[in-house]
Amino acid sequence: MKDTIDQTPDRKAWMSLMAKAPEGRVVALLDAALPRPAFTWLRAPEIGSVMVRGRAGGTGAPFNLGEMTITRCALTLPSGEVGHAYVQGRRKADAEAAALVDALMQTGAVNVMRTKVLEPLEQETTAKRSTRADKAAATKVDFFTMVRGED
Amino acid sequence: MYVAVKGGERAIQNAHAWLAEERRGDTSVAELSVPQIREQLSLAVNRVMAEGSLYDPDLAALAIKQARGDLIEAIFLIRAYRTTLPRFGASAPVDTGDMACDRRISATFKDLPGGQVLGPTFDYTHRLLDFKLAADGETPDAPMRNAEPGPVPHVTEFLNREGLIEEAPHDDTTPPDLTREPLEMPADRALRLQALTRADEGFTLSMAYSTQRGYARNHAFVGELRIGTVPVEMEIPELGFAIEIGEVTLTECETVNQFKGSKTEPPQFTRGYGLVFGQTERKAISMALVDRALRWEELGEDNVGAPAQDAEFVLYHADNIQATGFLEHIKLPHYVDFQSELELVRKLRREVEASQGQHQEAAE
Repeated sequence: MKDTIDQTPDRKAWMSLMAKAPEGRVVALLDAALPRPAFTWLRAPEIGSVMVRGRAGGTGAPFNLGEMTITRCALTLPSGEVGHAYVQGRRKADAEAAALVDALMQTGAVNVMRTKVLEPLEQETTAKRSTRADKAAATKVDFFTMVRGED
Repeated sequence: MYVAVKGGERAIQNAHAWLAEERRGDTSVAELSVPQIREQLSLAVNRVMAEGSLYDPDLAALAIKQARGDLIEAIFLIRAYRTTLPRFGASAPVDTGDMACDRRISATFKDLPGGQVLGPTFDYTHRLLDFKLAADGETPDAPMRNAEPGPVPHVTEFLNREGLIEEAPHDDTTPPDLTREPLEMPADRALRLQALTRADEGFTLSMAYSTQRGYARNHAFVGELRIGTVPVEMEIPELGFAIEIGEVTLTECETVNQFKGSKTEPPQFTRGYGLVFGQTERKAISMALVDRALRWEELGEDNVGAPAQDAEFVLYHADNIQATGFLEHIKLPHYVDFQSELELVRKLRREVEASQGQHQEAAE
């Protein structure tokens, strides 16, 4: 079993991107990119929770804020590459697709995965984020204090 | 005392069937879908996630539908579901300084770097019913303006150059978890914040309001209120590094509170903190005020006996699921209890009547 080649920063980025993707998006992009390879489950998709923490005062001691739902799975390709996925929500199909992409990113399919799955996803995420930021910017105000009368 | 009751199965089944029918309402009116609730009743969804203590908008929307809009019942459903989930771990503390803000205002500093951003707020609306909404009108697109990229620092960060505001020094203590260990007194601040962030909004609001009206008054200003999304990062043991596992919308409120100093602390502005899942600003502001009131002991303030200073009172009564569970159980069959109470009252009544009879005889 081959695991984690040292491409940590990159891998962190693509796993994070897929974790936050809208429902069904990674599935659609993967299936449009190539026929799915065979694989075996190391860990079939399972739904669970993660306790999200915050910090008192934003910067102080951690406290437990509440949980969020997560789906995770791990699989291996016939050639031995291992793919992991942790995605937000209860989304077994998306977790499976994300783990496949993660595994394929360690194979000769790396360029296809980059151009057909990760880059479009990144662009969609950035566009959505910037639309929201622009709507927020349109509500920016400058309050000014009225000059009080001299009397 | 609880004694099993038998029977009533058919009546119970029929009651639940009728409940399902009443939930659906008039079938000539289109049925609500879960995505409609998630998208169009999002503040109800946010409240159910915050008090249900589980961030999942689809589940919260489903719970609201199932509960016929009874939010406490919906929160109950979410809490029950939550207990069925295996827990994969805990996240790194979220960095709210890195928030992609939809809204960010300060009531104390008008010229804050990054500006005052109103966001999608009810503030400054006239609170007049909008009959256009009843007429199925279309909404115009929200205007846009090019956003300047860059971080949006916390107000207290740049305000504190003079050192007049209490600091929240970095700390990495593992916090206690009231979902794993029963809430016990004394509760440290981490435990109090966990209890408050999932506390009933109405209760927290009333407690906060009581401090404004003078019961442990702590002169709160909203130093900063921000709403937006933050990534949630967790260390993945099988990978040996951390990844972002999702993104959550949070509301954060920092109050700065006038403080004349105490035996242990110099005069300064002290702080209260609120952080809540979703766009939930009434709750976040309330949480910050109550957090500040509960900090009297560590700040060396006097306990003036106000309800909001009493951690045991606040924390043991803030959870609406515990409260409603105990409150509503009294409507369930208590026939045996009541039979024995009835016997007791009859006996007391006989004794009183007998003794009155004797008094009368003596008087005659």
